[in-house]
Amino acid sequence: MTIHELAEAYRRGETTPSAVAEAHLARIAALDAKVGAFLTVTRERALAAAAAADARWRAGAPRGPLDGAPLALKDVLCTKGVRTTCGSRILEGFVPPYDATVVERLEAAGAVLLGKTNMDEFAMGSSTEHSAFGPTRNPWDLGRVPGGSSGGSAAAVAAELAAGALGTDTGGSVRQPAAFCGVVGLKPTYGRVSRYGLVAFASSLDQVGTFARDARDTALLLGAIAGHDPRDATSVDAPVPDYTAALAGGVRGLCLGVPREYFGEGIDPEVARAVREAIETLRGLGAVTEDVSLPTTDYGIAVYYVLAPAEASSNLARYDGVKYGLRTPGAKDLIEMESRTRAAGFGAEVKRRIMLGTYALSAGYYDAYYGRAQKVRTLVRRDLEAALARVDVLVAPTTPGVAFRLGEKADPLAMYLNDVFTVPTSLAGLPAVSLRCGFSAAGLPVGLQLIGRALDEATLLRVAHAYEQATGWLARRPALA
Amino acid sequence: MSAPAQAGWEVVIGLEVHAQLRTRSKMFCGCPTAFGAAPNSQTCPVCQGMPGTLPVINRTAIEYAVRTALALDCRVNAGCRFARKHYYYPDMPKNFQISQYEEPLAEEGLLEIDIDGAARPIGIQRLHLEEDVGKLLHEGTLATAQASLVDFNRSGVPLMETVSKPDLRSPEEAAAYLRAFRAVLVYLGVCDGNMEEGSLRCDANVSLRPRGSAGLGTKVEIKNLNSFRNVQRALEYEVQRQAQALEAGERIVQETRLWDADRDVTRPMRSKEYAHDYRYFPEPDLVPLQIDRAWVDAIRRDLPELPRARRRRFVAQHGLPPYDAGVLTQSRALADYFEAAVRAFPQPKLVSNWIMSELLRALPGDDERAIAGAPVTPERLAGLLGLVQDGTISGRIAKDVFERMLRTGQDAPTIVAREGLTQVADEAALAAVVDRVLAQNPRAVADYRGGKTAAAKALVGQVMKATGGKANPGIVNRLLEEKLSRI
Ligand SMILES: [Zn+2]
Repeated sequence: MTIHELAEAYRRGETTPSAVAEAHLARIAALDAKVGAFLTVTRERALAAAAAADARWRAGAPRGPLDGAPLALKDVLCTKGVRTTCGSRILEGFVPPYDATVVERLEAAGAVLLGKTNMDEFAMGSSTEHSAFGPTRNPWDLGRVPGGSSGGSAAAVAAELAAGALGTDTGGSVRQPAAFCGVVGLKPTYGRVSRYGLVAFASSLDQVGTFARDARDTALLLGAIAGHDPRDATSVDAPVPDYTAALAGGVRGLCLGVPREYFGEGIDPEVARAVREAIETLRGLGAVTEDVSLPTTDYGIAVYYVLAPAEASSNLARYDGVKYGLRTPGAKDLIEMESRTRAAGFGAEVKRRIMLGTYALSAGYYDAYYGRAQKVRTLVRRDLEAALARVDVLVAPTTPGVAFRLGEKADPLAMYLNDVFTVPTSLAGLPAVSLRCGFSAAGLPVGLQLIGRALDEATLLRVAHAYEQATGWLARRPALA
Repeated sequence: MSAPAQAGWEVVIGLEVHAQLRTRSKMFCGCPTAFGAAPNSQTCPVCQGMPGTLPVINRTAIEYAVRTALALDCRVNAGCRFARKHYYYPDMPKNFQISQYEEPLAEEGLLEIDIDGAARPIGIQRLHLEEDVGKLLHEGTLATAQASLVDFNRSGVPLMETVSKPDLRSPEEAAAYLRAFRAVLVYLGVCDGNMEEGSLRCDANVSLRPRGSAGLGTKVEIKNLNSFRNVQRALEYEVQRQAQALEAGERIVQETRLWDADRDVTRPMRSKEYAHDYRYFPEPDLVPLQIDRAWVDAIRRDLPELPRARRRRFVAQHGLPPYDAGVLTQSRALADYFEAAVRAFPQPKLVSNWIMSELLRALPGDDERAIAGAPVTPERLAGLLGLVQDGTISGRIAKDVFERMLRTGQDAPTIVAREGLTQVADEAALAAVVDRVLAQNPRAVADYRGGKTAAAKALVGQVMKATGGKANPGIVNRLLEEKLSRI
């Protein structure tokens, strides 16, 4: 059931948050050995929260539609007293003394947090194969990846191990796994949601996002976590609209831009066809479409793989074995201890990016790499903003292909190119959502990406909702036991 | 100093001074900044550099830095930006320090110092803000990591770095600059200026060049100059060292050296002790800071009178000798003390004498807290001087009373009344004492009559002794003169 269906059932007294939490915990126990979505299950904490939610619903005074909703959190979000690993050995023993702002806000809304989900180490990856604790598998085909880096959260929602989840998106880490797992994944505008308590990968790009089974649930989750946070200087101080109310209204008269560059070479014909059909569906609902060009699209990946590793090399400098997490024993001095700890604690992809980033920031190379990448980033942003000045929403595929097989993309570059359609939006700080728009012949979901103006998540959800109402894709479920 | 080795060389010194700002909370989190608390009791996830935490700028720290920049005639930039400075050291929880690099808060100012009675402007290159690091508590050496502990109380305390231009020409000038700079900070109330507690720290860049040459020699950075005395001694040593090396035809190596106060030498730091490439880049967790002009103007309007201006005014308005004015303006609290006392007892030179000889014997004049909290308030000092002026007590007794006021915190009338220190001004009583003294000292009386007028002094002394020092000296003198002339 979706979050809003659960709330309705609680209201009618047909079930209780405790019963629902128990059912989800039982399903995790039964199925997660196959899927590998969770790194930590917080059974006690979940049942305590559910019992409290029971009482509120019984008293007819729930905190809102999220009261009693069983949710999961990507293991990059700090949870007080619950280990937070970021999928890395180096943080294996890290138990944060505080909750991330988004965690506080979800719990304040009554959510029942089931546990922490798997991810590519420090959110670096597009398949969740780079977790130090083993991969997560795609519920639609266990031989395939769920996407990444928020693969655990996407798989948990797709496999109905949780009604909704939070992930983080730096270059596509919510939208790409949402596409691969056939759920709704929203990356809000940079600054819309607080990053306080999100363990940083690339600070200027990281944003907390949501996973849900439909647009209505996405509206509920976003409404709960969005808004200014005095603890995050980059969070935007702007009112939070009622996203649920904004779902109504349809797409009649909206202008949708179709960026030519997102349908070029390298795109899987099945994906292109499903997305084109979705665009036709939206036209049928009264939207007008317009072809647009985003000539800087091809530069996105290059810019991203300079800026994100540069920031990562800085953000990850603190993991040195001195204060928390892993410390490798037997070193004869501090520098050796730090080097050994980092050598043992970080995986290959993380080390690769730390080296890339360190190089990009080095004296003599800074202007050529970091400085230049910042300039191109500005061009990418202007490109998207110019298009969005003419159209209301951009419509495109989320990924060039559907979920690939575990181990299929051993070449890092091939993996990086998977983000080609999601990275530009991240560089521009704009909101985007991925939703299910069909299936490949092999039965794998295809993701439709909607990209909006800054702080205009409401319009994205309105389009997504109209599309869901007009199509029957959500009825299909993965054939897990 | 004028050692022969450096005769042909001109000394070029620039100072980088780090001042801890006296804000209540830290630079990027809400933790308190008080010195001396139990280790790690004033920390939170942010200043411990915990994963997931984010910095938030302390507006008061910005205000203090702007205040200082304006006092130093700097240009306050319309926008400034924080940057990350990377190096690995366990006292720094994130392994980077949030500082400012390409876009500092303020630039291009000056500070006037007095050298041999003449004013000399020393250029200020830049002023910026950063966060302080933690403190390592070692058991043994750094190599035994298990026994090293880190206290993060200091981590994240606002630090203001002010870099002078290489305008200083001697170790004495460097020390004078540091004193003048400290006085400005203390006057502004932005730093307590306490070098022992590390509120004020100094690094120096030193080079020598042939006299008459305009270029700059190879500079050496000296760290760990943590007292005025160390600044001067370290620089004197370093100037000697460089001069001797240059005289011997050696080249100066550009390096960082550490002042070893125990052995009175500078020694090169191991290259591992400092980084070569800080990999600066703009701090992505903080948005660029826009400094509002109107706010800057308001801060400028509220600037207090600065030490040099106040010193000049003390000479002009109160007629003090320049030396007195210099002593009294060494701290804002002391200058305030003086002016408060003068308001209550408008004889500036007398007040100045009492402050310089009595108050400063007991309390350090540059210690704001000590002066501001002095048990003898300016009003009570004025009260004491009033008792002297109206003849209630003698000047000598007044010094004893001052001592007791310091000790007990009571005012002068209370002490004088309780201890019975009032001068005996009763003529009849004093006349009886004078008669008795004259009768007991026929020899002195004879001497006086024989023309030795100095003998009168001895007689006055006897009367004072007989009255326990409480006799009014004026009345005693007059009575003695009258009686002696009648004998
Ligand atoms: Zn703190």
